[in-house]
Amino acid sequence: MRIQINGARLIDPASKMDQQADIFIDDGKIVAIGDTPRDFVADQMIDGNGLIAAPGLVDISASLREPGYGRKGSIASETRAAAAGGVTSLCCTPHTKPILDTPAVVDLILDKARDEGSCKVFPLGAFSQGLAGEQLAELFTLRKAGCVAFSNGLAPFKSNRVLRRALEYAATFELTVIFHPQDPDLAEGGIAHEGSVATFRGLAGIPETAETVALSRDLLLVEQSGVRAHFSQITTARGARLIVKAQARGLPVTADVAMYQLILTEEALMDFSSFYHVLPPLRSLADREGLRDAVRSGVISAIASHHQPHEADAKLDPFAATEPGISSIELLLPLAMSLVEEGVFDLPTALQRLTTGPADALELKAGRLSVGAAADIVLFDPKGQTVVGESWFSKGRNCPFMGHVLPGAVRYTLLNGRVTHKNV
Amino acid sequence: MTPLLPKCPLQLNDEGRLRHFLSLDGLPRAMLTEILDTADSFLEVGARAVKKVPLMRGMTVCNVFFENSTRTRTTFELAAKRLSADVITLNVSTSSTSKGETLTDTLRTLEAMAADMFVVRHAESGAAHFIAEHVSPNVAIINGGDGRHSHPTQGMLDMLAIRRHKGDFTQLKVAIVGDILHSRVARSNMLALKTLGCPDIRVIAPKTLLPVGLEQYGVNVYTDVNKGLKDVDVIIMLRLQRERMQGGLLPSEGEFYRLYGLSEQRLALAHPEAIVLHPGPINRGVEIDSLVADSPRSVILNQVTYGIAVRMAVLSMTMSGQNEQRQLDAEKQESL
Amino acid sequence: MSLPDPAVLISAMARDLQAHLKAREIDNPRFVGIHTGGVWVANALLKELNSEEPLGILNVSFYRDDFSRSGLHPQVRPSQLPFDIENQHLVLIDDVLMSGRTIRAAHNELFDYGRPASVTLVCLLDLNARELPIRPDIVGATLSLEKNQRVKLTGPEPLAIVLKTIDHL
Repeated sequence: MRIQINGARLIDPASKMDQQADIFIDDGKIVAIGDTPRDFVADQMIDGNGLIAAPGLVDISASLREPGYGRKGSIASETRAAAAGGVTSLCCTPHTKPILDTPAVVDLILDKARDEGSCKVFPLGAFSQGLAGEQLAELFTLRKAGCVAFSNGLAPFKSNRVLRRALEYAATFELTVIFHPQDPDLAEGGIAHEGSVATFRGLAGIPETAETVALSRDLLLVEQSGVRAHFSQITTARGARLIVKAQARGLPVTADVAMYQLILTEEALMDFSSFYHVLPPLRSLADREGLRDAVRSGVISAIASHHQPHEADAKLDPFAATEPGISSIELLLPLAMSLVEEGVFDLPTALQRLTTGPADALELKAGRLSVGAAADIVLFDPKGQTVVGESWFSKGRNCPFMGHVLPGAVRYTLLNGRVTHKNV
Repeated sequence: MTPLLPKCPLQLNDEGRLRHFLSLDGLPRAMLTEILDTADSFLEVGARAVKKVPLMRGMTVCNVFFENSTRTRTTFELAAKRLSADVITLNVSTSSTSKGETLTDTLRTLEAMAADMFVVRHAESGAAHFIAEHVSPNVAIINGGDGRHSHPTQGMLDMLAIRRHKGDFTQLKVAIVGDILHSRVARSNMLALKTLGCPDIRVIAPKTLLPVGLEQYGVNVYTDVNKGLKDVDVIIMLRLQRERMQGGLLPSEGEFYRLYGLSEQRLALAHPEAIVLHPGPINRGVEIDSLVADSPRSVILNQVTYGIAVRMAVLSMTMSGQNEQRQLDAEKQESL
Repeated sequence: MSLPDPAVLISAMARDLQAHLKAREIDNPRFVGIHTGGVWVANALLKELNSEEPLGILNVSFYRDDFSRSGLHPQVRPSQLPFDIENQHLVLIDDVLMSGRTIRAAHNELFDYGRPASVTLVCLLDLNARELPIRPDIVGATLSLEKNQRVKLTGPEPLAIVLKTIDHL
């Protein structure tokens, strides 16, 4: 199948390209950029005038909810939602049922993704068996089955000693470990950022130190073990500064932040709306500014959706009794555009943090537009608009942006040259 | 990003009058004063032989208590009965939700009973707001206490006690002592005192029991009770719960009493005519000395009577606001 | 129309009341005024009768029959009855009698205090606009108003009757 995309403005962060150029696709791969290759006759023409062509977005943290949580989502529904958000590659989290700690579950997910999915799915394996933080999962075997990195989510390890050993084991095989720094004891019982809003509304607080204490410990153990480390879902300005210091003394650690964390703050909790109940929590304005600085400077090189869809009941209770999580993967591109429009980032930076930034952090072959690469492309209209909820693919409607009008609209998403999302 | 429409204050009707009673934040001084004035009238009713007025005759008030409390429940029951309403009490903690029924399903069932008003008490902050948002707006919701967020009728009855015994708020120094961190009573009191113009509101507790961000209430924070109680006109002692000894908040009740308990000597630091309040039930020898609790400076027992009067005021004002909104909605319908 | 002077009316009412009470052999009744206007009239009457008796004040807000339509009236002040109602002869005083509902509310409230031996109703003005079968025993003057007219008693010193025209019904 030969496809030609005409007249789009091509932005590829990896090669720093930003110019108008035609794209030629054959058999799922980009065969030329710019001049028409000899003997190329297109079967399908896509009019890219007025649109921007960028590498398909790479989302390194999304809960697909399959296997095990059918009411909340499925590989089919959530990858479809991802495609609507401009995503072509994503990493699914190990919080499935059964947990992603055996090759059988990896196979199940990869098969489903191939048959029913609208994205490339790169599984994140559980770092410990059952995510219980006691025994190592069979990391090498899981790697062979297809896991690209390992995470224990917010679940703690039983002791620092076990954690250290686990990191050394992972380091032996050059496996990447993803940390979600949160000290369980400091965070215990907390559901919101320990600040003015939580105090005013009587919500149990999670102090900043829950993140920074765990982060400090993790960084020192990373240094000691030499493991490849990625820090996920940083929420505090202080936490970002700790990562700056670690990178400055030569630790090759990377970090990501949730897209919503760059937009929302604890103020959102004033009305007790459970749509703003997330873990780790939305923090102060100062924290948001610190995170934005860190993303601008590249200290935090990746932005992820941290997509967590839920059925309606999970959010229909007084705040503390609801399940945490926001469903937002299908807004990844428009939310990025809202930050660009606000002047927080320029467009190439925003795109880099959503493509090569995350891809390089986890060493994924994705996030680039170049001759020979897979035709994973997002075509979007920077002057268009997305009315949130007008069409919705995720099973989870737990999104606080419902009804908002966001700047930018994804027009086409292509995965290996196949159109996975179209909105013209 | 386009902002969504600002929410109209949930507890007020189109004319700005109470239609629910959820929390004291956002309520103007005039309204708090009106509650106190109305409560004064109801105190008179309580002093008669027939302690009833027919204001809510034929209406049904449902006490929906997800968290147990004999004291608050009985005063609400009494208040509703003195307004001639029919009262049902549902201790939901022991029935449906423990069978796995969702809160919204429980609310649907209660709505079907066609009550005019729910008095709700729940262990989670924000529960009263949640219930008001998910039940027909024609059912008045009265917050009998939600988690550590708000206990607005308690706040108002404390204000009534202060006004009746000490007069003008703008001339008073008021101290709140104890577990501020976990206390919905403290939060409601701080808000009420600020709105009513109290110029010197003091909270006194060890750091472990003080929440962050107290500046937003406009209060003065003390960790030394001897400094904090100096010359105050009103002392509100909060209840210290046993659970606070776990988790490193406090070493023991004994040490708390030695450092913060209201003994006769500590009371002597305050103004010679200072009064003592406590939301009850009191822990003698923990937050307060028996001699002080039983002394003439203590208005703790009066608080019970004030509680009934304040609740009668709140119930009738809220019912009034609901009726007014029903009228406004009917007029809007007609003009369409 | 010319409005009567309350001072003149009250003199006549005092004489009529004394005669009425004597005919029924009621001595030492207690006076109860309905807040606010009725209290002014009652005080003026008691002065005219040279009486030092304590005056009971009745605030009928909690007994009105229009709560479900108009809600609670703000500025409610407590009733004060400094004497026992049980077996007591009462003189109930109000300023303006229109529909009769205020008097009905006053009766309901009084009976919640106790069982009076008798109630004698005194009104400064009767507007002849009754909706209930309530009739004053002693009345100062009867007025007939147009549909868009209202009267109000101002006071407490001096007492005056004011006529108001309302522009919308």
